[in-house]
Amino acid sequence: MISFGLTEEQEVVRDAMRDFAAQQLRPIARECDEASEIPQTFLDQAWELGLTSTQIPEAFGGGGEARSPITNALVLEELAHGDATLAVAAVLPSLFANAIVDQGSDAQKRELLPLFTGAKYHAASLAVIEAGALFDPLHLRTVAEPKGDQFVLSGAKRFVPMGARASHFLVLASREGAADAFIVPRDAEGLTITPGEKNLGLRGLETSSLELARVEVPASARLGGAEGCNVRRLLDGSRAALASVMVGLSRAVLDYCVPYAKDREAFDEAIARKQAIAFLLADMHMEVEATRWLAWKAASELEQGQDATRSAHLARSYAAEKSLWIADNGIQVLGGHGFIREHPVEMWFRNARTLGVLEGTVAL
Amino acid sequence: MIDFRLGPNDEKLLQATREEALVARKYARFYDENEHEFPPDELPEATELRPALERMNVGRTPDDSSVPVLGMLISMGQTWGDYSVRLRRGKGGLGNAALQASGTPEQKQRWAGETLAMAITEPGCGSDPSKVQCTAVLDEKTNEWVINGEKIFVTTGCRATGVVVWATVDKSAGRAGIKSFLIPKGAPGFIVAHKEKKLGIRADDTAAYVFQDCRIPRDHLLGGDEKVAKQGSGGFRGVMKTFNMTRPAVAAIGLGIAEAALDLTREELEKAGVAVEYGGTLAGTSAVAAKFLQLEALFEASKWTVMRAAWLAGEGKPNNMESSVSKAHAGSAVRTICQGCIEILGPMGVSREHLLEKWLRDCRITDIYEGTGQIQRLIMARELLGYGRDELK
Repeated sequence: MISFGLTEEQEVVRDAMRDFAAQQLRPIARECDEASEIPQTFLDQAWELGLTSTQIPEAFGGGGEARSPITNALVLEELAHGDATLAVAAVLPSLFANAIVDQGSDAQKRELLPLFTGAKYHAASLAVIEAGALFDPLHLRTVAEPKGDQFVLSGAKRFVPMGARASHFLVLASREGAADAFIVPRDAEGLTITPGEKNLGLRGLETSSLELARVEVPASARLGGAEGCNVRRLLDGSRAALASVMVGLSRAVLDYCVPYAKDREAFDEAIARKQAIAFLLADMHMEVEATRWLAWKAASELEQGQDATRSAHLARSYAAEKSLWIADNGIQVLGGHGFIREHPVEMWFRNARTLGVLEGTVAL
Repeated sequence: MIDFRLGPNDEKLLQATREEALVARKYARFYDENEHEFPPDELPEATELRPALERMNVGRTPDDSSVPVLGMLISMGQTWGDYSVRLRRGKGGLGNAALQASGTPEQKQRWAGETLAMAITEPGCGSDPSKVQCTAVLDEKTNEWVINGEKIFVTTGCRATGVVVWATVDKSAGRAGIKSFLIPKGAPGFIVAHKEKKLGIRADDTAAYVFQDCRIPRDHLLGGDEKVAKQGSGGFRGVMKTFNMTRPAVAAIGLGIAEAALDLTREELEKAGVAVEYGGTLAGTSAVAAKFLQLEALFEASKWTVMRAAWLAGEGKPNNMESSVSKAHAGSAVRTICQGCIEILGPMGVSREHLLEKWLRDCRITDIYEGTGQIQRLIMARELLGYGRDELK
């Protein structure tokens, strides 16, 4: 049955996230971007929301609430409305922990999930992206070769968020020609972490480069243990999540442009009273809405345990195209002021461009 | 709870809708090339399908989608076959929607069995219906309204058995003076002047009317309110609300055509050895497949704006903004999709051996009737900015 209705609980969560984003994310977004750094106090504050721990089963010390991609979509949109960079930082441990909850072996759950149920932010990250053109998460250059009861990982990763703090990485690597995932602790021998990548957007995220020089991990480090995992499903989940982040960013641009256009005057009237600007704002609104429903569709399929590859692909590619278009035109609405770093729109434009290529450019 | 799945009955009904639509598709080219022939109410091959369709639409369960949502999916399924299915299965025209939205109980009963067209546009006014010149004058002696004026672009104007006509009872009152009147075919002075020749949707007749001292009973004023408000827009806004369900419906009709175009293009690409796959990256995707995926995402995005507007209606919530979002989005999307599919298929796309070129012509009206894309943007922008009609023209 097709329904767009939020549960009462989801409405409460959404409203709480909206407030948190306005009070804690938006005010520090610019300084994090300029300093390429996120204060620990923010991460701990965000941690108190329980974004990561609530959906970890009680048996491992979590809140035991059902994993809900739909609720996560609502959360991500609201947080990203505050700031996309800080939103990604706040939920990054969840991406790792959820992979373990959804696809980890019992031993992996016992070992790793309790890390995320403490009082302080615990960083763990995903190592997916690789250097060079033609990156494709399903056809990786990083390889995992079996060696006795071990795997030997060799290759290089880029854009690993919060790499400087992460205790563990979920490393995507090719095993017998197919994409697979491995849990690698930061102190693994042969693993070199180089923080401080310099990027166009999401600058606060502190991304690192990883070099894996014959890193040996036990066979049990393969996500899902002997049974292995479904990497496509992992990617579907992260693509759906990225789409919601881009919806939040797009809505932020629109919400900034509307009052600006009503306030700014040209030729003796507010520029919002001119169709050239008003229609642009209408188009921005229309695409924010359309993108959100695509993100919800993917989330709804993930929640129901259905195959979400098509929906997640379409949601993410459409969101990438439209969020960039919206941020780009957001700059245009502000004119010269859109180019100045006093206003956040240029930062959102850079963030949109960056979000749109994470995990490789999904076919647009 | 947010859920984008169809219920089991939804699936069955849509399956049956598509089966019937495919029958209509066989005749699509004929009624396109023979514009002034009326397609029959029932295609011989489809007679057995009708009872099944009607049976399935009753006995709904809580797992089924709401009636407005399902209505949109059915509309899409119908025009996926051919636009002409709307004429046979879409009971009534836009005038029936106006009757439902604004009619008195007596009027709803009296006009229930009629197919009602809606006559708004005139030779001198389209997007700004507040400027209608058609007049209605009350003759107190006979208790009749006397209608005079011209109307054009009346969808289903020839087939309809009656029409809802917009006319002014007081030109000096502007919008507040505009009222709607129920006029049956055959009323003296009501002349169906001609049938338009069109780019597309040729099976759907589009008429021009002339009213010359056309007299109708006093109780044929839709809604029955004869007063002209001193301030504001009077009943005008209420009449405009008719569009809150018809706009998403028009979007759905266009999207059904676009979906047919996408399905054909996908099939032809597969025949040519190009598989459209999801989950890959631009690096591993051919240019035509990438182009196709972009069009498919656009289709999907548009479709869910329609479902959103319809779902709100089913919940009894306001959907003025969302109706315009769906209409504007789909109006633009279907053009891009059908044009894009032709681009992908090349010369084959413009050949009249296939229906794709017809679908491009059929879908082009989506961004025009029931309010152009520009009018929808005006509505959206006013709502977004909190502006009235005088602040944003």
